[in-house]
Amino acid sequence: MTQHFPALLVVLPMLAAALLPFSPGPLRRASWAVALVSAMVSMALASVLAFETFSSGQVSYWFGGWAPPRGIEYVIDPLGALMLLLVALITLAVTVYSRQAAPAEVPAERLPYLYAGMLLFSSGLTGMVITGDIFNLYVFIEITSLASYALVAAGRRREALLAGYNYLILGTIAATFILLGIGYLYTATGTLNMADLRERLPQVYQTSTVLTAFAFLMVGLSIKTALFPLHIWLPDAYTHAPSPVSALMAATGTKVGIYAMIRVIFTIFKPEFNLSTVPMTAILALLSCAAIIYGALMAIAQQNIKRMLAYSSVSQIGYIILGAVIANQSGMTGSLLHMINHALMKAALFMCAGFFFMRAGAEKLADLRGLGRRMPLAAAALTAAACSITGIPLTIGFISKWHIALGAVEAGLWPAVVVILAGSGLTAVYFWKLIEPLYFPDHGEAGEAAPRAAAEPATGWAILPAAVLAALGVALGFAAHLPALGAGKAAALLLGKL
Amino acid sequence: MNGTAGRNTVTRTVSGFLIPFMQLYALYLIAHGDLGPGGGFQGGAIFAASLILYAIVFGLDRAAEKRYARVAGAAAAAGLGIYGGIGLLCMAYGGNFLQYSSLPFADVKTAHHLGIYGIEIGVGLAVAGAMLFLFMKIAGSDDA
Amino acid sequence: MLETIAGKYNYWIYICLMMAGFYAIIAKGNLIKKIIGINIFQSAVFLFYISISKVPGGTAPILFDKAGLYDNPLPHVLILTAIVVSVSTTAVALAMVIRIFKEYGTMEEDRILAARKEGP
Repeated sequence: MTQHFPALLVVLPMLAAALLPFSPGPLRRASWAVALVSAMVSMALASVLAFETFSSGQVSYWFGGWAPPRGIEYVIDPLGALMLLLVALITLAVTVYSRQAAPAEVPAERLPYLYAGMLLFSSGLTGMVITGDIFNLYVFIEITSLASYALVAAGRRREALLAGYNYLILGTIAATFILLGIGYLYTATGTLNMADLRERLPQVYQTSTVLTAFAFLMVGLSIKTALFPLHIWLPDAYTHAPSPVSALMAATGTKVGIYAMIRVIFTIFKPEFNLSTVPMTAILALLSCAAIIYGALMAIAQQNIKRMLAYSSVSQIGYIILGAVIANQSGMTGSLLHMINHALMKAALFMCAGFFFMRAGAEKLADLRGLGRRMPLAAAALTAAACSITGIPLTIGFISKWHIALGAVEAGLWPAVVVILAGSGLTAVYFWKLIEPLYFPDHGEAGEAAPRAAAEPATGWAILPAAVLAALGVALGFAAHLPALGAGKAAALLLGKL
Repeated sequence: MNGTAGRNTVTRTVSGFLIPFMQLYALYLIAHGDLGPGGGFQGGAIFAASLILYAIVFGLDRAAEKRYARVAGAAAAAGLGIYGGIGLLCMAYGGNFLQYSSLPFADVKTAHHLGIYGIEIGVGLAVAGAMLFLFMKIAGSDDA
Repeated sequence: MLETIAGKYNYWIYICLMMAGFYAIIAKGNLIKKIIGINIFQSAVFLFYISISKVPGGTAPILFDKAGLYDNPLPHVLILTAIVVSVSTTAVALAMVIRIFKEYGTMEEDRILAARKEGP
């Protein structure tokens, strides 16, 4: 039975998501329970698959029984298994959180559609991670994107509609560029299977067809991962979306986009392409350094909590891509660890921000004044998550930034080392701006009128998933060798031991 | 929606003549999906288009819109259930997802033919249902 | 030079169509016109895909007794999927525009931005 798990992992949440809005009354009222069951089943399947992958090396599944390269193949290697676990864990955490948080921001009759959209988003991401066929990758990118456009537009203010519309326009342009790139690759080689492309491309590396394909693919994927300067859709989308949606999208959407970029650069096009033809890693390194500094500076300037977290995401995405394109063992390991770190911690941060909104109506930094005493667990979770993203020792963020900096030093890229350290300093500045009102309410300028009185009682346990994720980050920081081992294995496989 | 277009004799007559043929053509496309141009999506879209043409020309009142939306939603769910069901059925008979050759028919050719036929019907239902559902919910009568 | 233009005229046509659609997305202020631009852009990409599937001397890729050579059917299949994706995107975009119209009362981008500046 376990050999069918790759297909079930993608199909079951999709069926649940698609049947949820159309089902009769009683099932729609229980839509949260259906979403929770689906998330738990996905977590179980992903865990079994990850265990199998780490012990046996690679899991593969032929759809419809057709053999590759004609048929569509699902391949899970250690990096894919890592991403699967991440997506499943965060989906589960956000689903548990939305029990309390979603009704505070979304009207009750639209809740089934929200859960359906979240399930579809999560199953599309899973498909993106495990597919081995590049056109199937495009199909799953579009499934994920369509679900996310609708989810962003479900926010409670009318600016959410505009944010969703802008995101739709940019995302569709990106997806069409990716489609064009795939078409050019097919024209040059005649195959769509990723492993087969890896074999056939080196003969045609120098042709303008392949160069155009690579350019289109890179631009399209850069828009999807919100790499500076193509990140314009991200701040509005994360700010105006409902909090569970922000947490889910910030934690998983861009990470899987970076995963797709890494697949294109390292698995489909071998690293020699980078050395012989297009210095893609140099361009990406420059852009990601700019992203780190730009994101951090813009985050310092923000007053809205979620907007600050969104610009912080832009900055951290720069870190992840910088580590990946340094392309030595330390850099790539640091990049994968930072992916784990950012996913877990950003989800925790957005869930805390939504929790503060739900209980105290807090949207701006000044509204957080004094909440550290009223909601100690939420404030502690936010502080722990912020420390981890900054890279304070004893968290997994320290391990990941250490590896990235080590990789930059090994490669001799001293400007990158300066940027990494300066970025950490700036990150500390804006997170201090977030933490200070919680614990030191008398410092600084007086806020606006006191935040609205606490909302409904018995909403306290919504903070538990965020607290669990933040605690996981600290725990992984203590037991640093475990994630470093897994990430190191995945990194070595990616770099092909060349 | 109000059927202002329907007060015109020309649109009434022409669409009254066209709609049954559109639906027949849609069913033809769904059935011939594996051997020629066509398939579930095209047939479902044309079927939905015929019903939307009826709604625009002859008009629908609110209650009819709600009824249509409910039936369309159920049809979409049924279509998706058929698609997933056939895939999982192939798994239950020992093959991979959507591996028609594992279905217990006389020979592989019949298994493929009937399997694809079932999938096309499921997709056609799902697409027609989804399009009608969207139309009734979103482009229906303007509430204030 | 003439060979580049006359021999590959299909690519030139599709690129001009693509750029027309892309220009519409960027330059037009009406929200619906942007969606139309997306559709033109995507249709040009589909036509490009179909044109690369043509085999000289091949007939349409439908099983037919007297045919010797067929066109490549794989891009046709890819485009069927991509057309479904394009239709879904248009549906989501139009639903969003209808709601934007209900909230802001206009579909022109500059008027919506002006309404935003005045405050929520």
